[in-house]
Amino acid sequence: MSKMLEKKIKGEETTLERVGFILEEKERSGSFLLIDDEEMVSNYTDGVTYYSTGKAIQKVKGLKEKMWSLVSPDKDEYTRKAFQAKPRGYFIHVEKDRKVEKPIQACFFIATARLVQSVHNIIILEDGAELHIINGCATASYVNTGMHIGITEIFVGKGAYLSYTMIHDWADQVEVRPRTAIYVQEGGKFVSNYITIRKSKITQTYPEAFLEKKAVAQFTSLIYAPDGSFYDVGARIHLNGEEASGEIISRVISGGGKVYSKGHLVGNSRGIKAHMSCDGLLLSSNGSIIAIPELEANHPEVNMSHEAAVGKIAEEEIEYLMARGFSPEEAKSLIIKGFLDPKILGLPPALEKEVERTINMIGEGAL
Amino acid sequence: MLLIENLRVEVEGKPVLKGVNLHVKAGETHVLFGPNGAGKSTLFFAIMGFSKYKVTDGKIYFKERDITYLPPHERAKLGLGISFQRPPSIKGIKLNQIGKLLNRSEEEILEKAELLRLKEMLQRDINLGFSGGEMKRSEVFQLLLQNPDLSLIDEPESGVDITNIDVIAKALRILLQKDRPILERKKSGIIITHTGFILEKLTADKGHLLIDGKITCSGNPMEMFNEIKLKGYTECLKCWKRR
Repeated sequence: MSKMLEKKIKGEETTLERVGFILEEKERSGSFLLIDDEEMVSNYTDGVTYYSTGKAIQKVKGLKEKMWSLVSPDKDEYTRKAFQAKPRGYFIHVEKDRKVEKPIQACFFIATARLVQSVHNIIILEDGAELHIINGCATASYVNTGMHIGITEIFVGKGAYLSYTMIHDWADQVEVRPRTAIYVQEGGKFVSNYITIRKSKITQTYPEAFLEKKAVAQFTSLIYAPDGSFYDVGARIHLNGEEASGEIISRVISGGGKVYSKGHLVGNSRGIKAHMSCDGLLLSSNGSIIAIPELEANHPEVNMSHEAAVGKIAEEEIEYLMARGFSPEEAKSLIIKGFLDPKILGLPPALEKEVERTINMIGEGAL
Repeated sequence: MLLIENLRVEVEGKPVLKGVNLHVKAGETHVLFGPNGAGKSTLFFAIMGFSKYKVTDGKIYFKERDITYLPPHERAKLGLGISFQRPPSIKGIKLNQIGKLLNRSEEEILEKAELLRLKEMLQRDINLGFSGGEMKRSEVFQLLLQNPDLSLIDEPESGVDITNIDVIAKALRILLQKDRPILERKKSGIIITHTGFILEKLTADKGHLLIDGKITCSGNPMEMFNEIKLKGYTECLKCWKRR
């Protein structure tokens, strides 16, 4: 990592680590860091092109046509804002059949109060490629207000596999508006993991995936919303190709925050299979969890289902653990940590360990 | 070990136990019979101190200490343990995690899992998607790791196939120190049984019949069971009403 970069993040190492961004480069295939609107990219992997979006627009042929092809600039005021802004963010291209073992890391960091950070990321996996990305979003310890708008367009080729993990650790007055869309070609797989365990003023996101034949998309979110937070999160999967499959899983805990947990499965073709589940634990009478699952079948031969369960921790479960000798506080903490268990994410082992550590790190304070 | 005096318990405002007296000495295993709804499980839950089971009168002493109003975890720490008939499933907490949290060594957890044929279940969430038999074995497994001085064992054999009854009986024999000479046994237990299968694999010292919230008769457990098998609980009810 460059000397300049090291200087920039001095004193914020643990903040970065909390969102999965580590300075030990040997554990990563590449790094991208955006501090306010200053970008740094380092790439150490053959077969992978990792540029800032600005540089990619100049260097990569045909990129202009791909940009804004999945997310419409007219979608809302935030996309319009991003469309007008100077493009920042990252561009990743993985060549055909290249399987990248170690994850690529990216971090969006706000170091100036009241800053509006706007990014546009593009990820392209050619046929048969494989990549794991861990995205971290954080604010410097002395910043508590700001806004982040993130446009992300993802293209997963035939039989390719992308896991895309996002950890949010924004300050409590930051407004977050990610706009993400994913196109998955035949037999490709896209796995999204979203983890946030901090207070957020407003986080509003609704990624959309478009699946071709036998493609797979899976969205999992683990959300802890402390008092005063507002989350409006969900995902929509368009199952357009035959035998495509999709899954939306969310585990939400409200410690006083308000959380809308949404999902929309659209079955458009024969043999598609899709499932959605939302579990919510309400720990405080100040909070609310609103689960809104939608199933839309546009073809008779689809298999779609959903389940949602929202409530407080079952007394029966607490007492079961108490009968084993655990105090009520220990029992609750065990159930809450278990509820946010990252093992349900199905990450590669190295990444899973890290996310688990992150959840524990953030979780200790939050719970 | 356990002394219960005139225990009256209400569940959601409805009286279920109507003056239960029971004395279990150290090293003894007692068996509890009774028709469905008589209050057998309620008695266990009240001994364990679960909040839904309100004691309206009477006392529970454990190791000479009045535990009538102690919360469940403090009773557990004193040496009480329970194996549930229908345990809840707990998402996100793995079976082997319980062992680790109870400060049991990796070897001990594995050894006991092997004994109860649960090695493949160790990484699973407790009771989540377990079959009836797996659930019973997981309950007894957790009891073994806890190693309480008094075990409350609720229907260890219901829904369990024949091979696995042997597995459970073997574990219960260890738990209740059945392979030691009688005078050297320190661990006590109360077992609720409907089928009585477990009595063929494990001797008990005393039997009690619980009818309509009261212990109506006590005696030799095998003899009592044979009588119940022959004549059914209706005869027990008639006999009790005659007295």
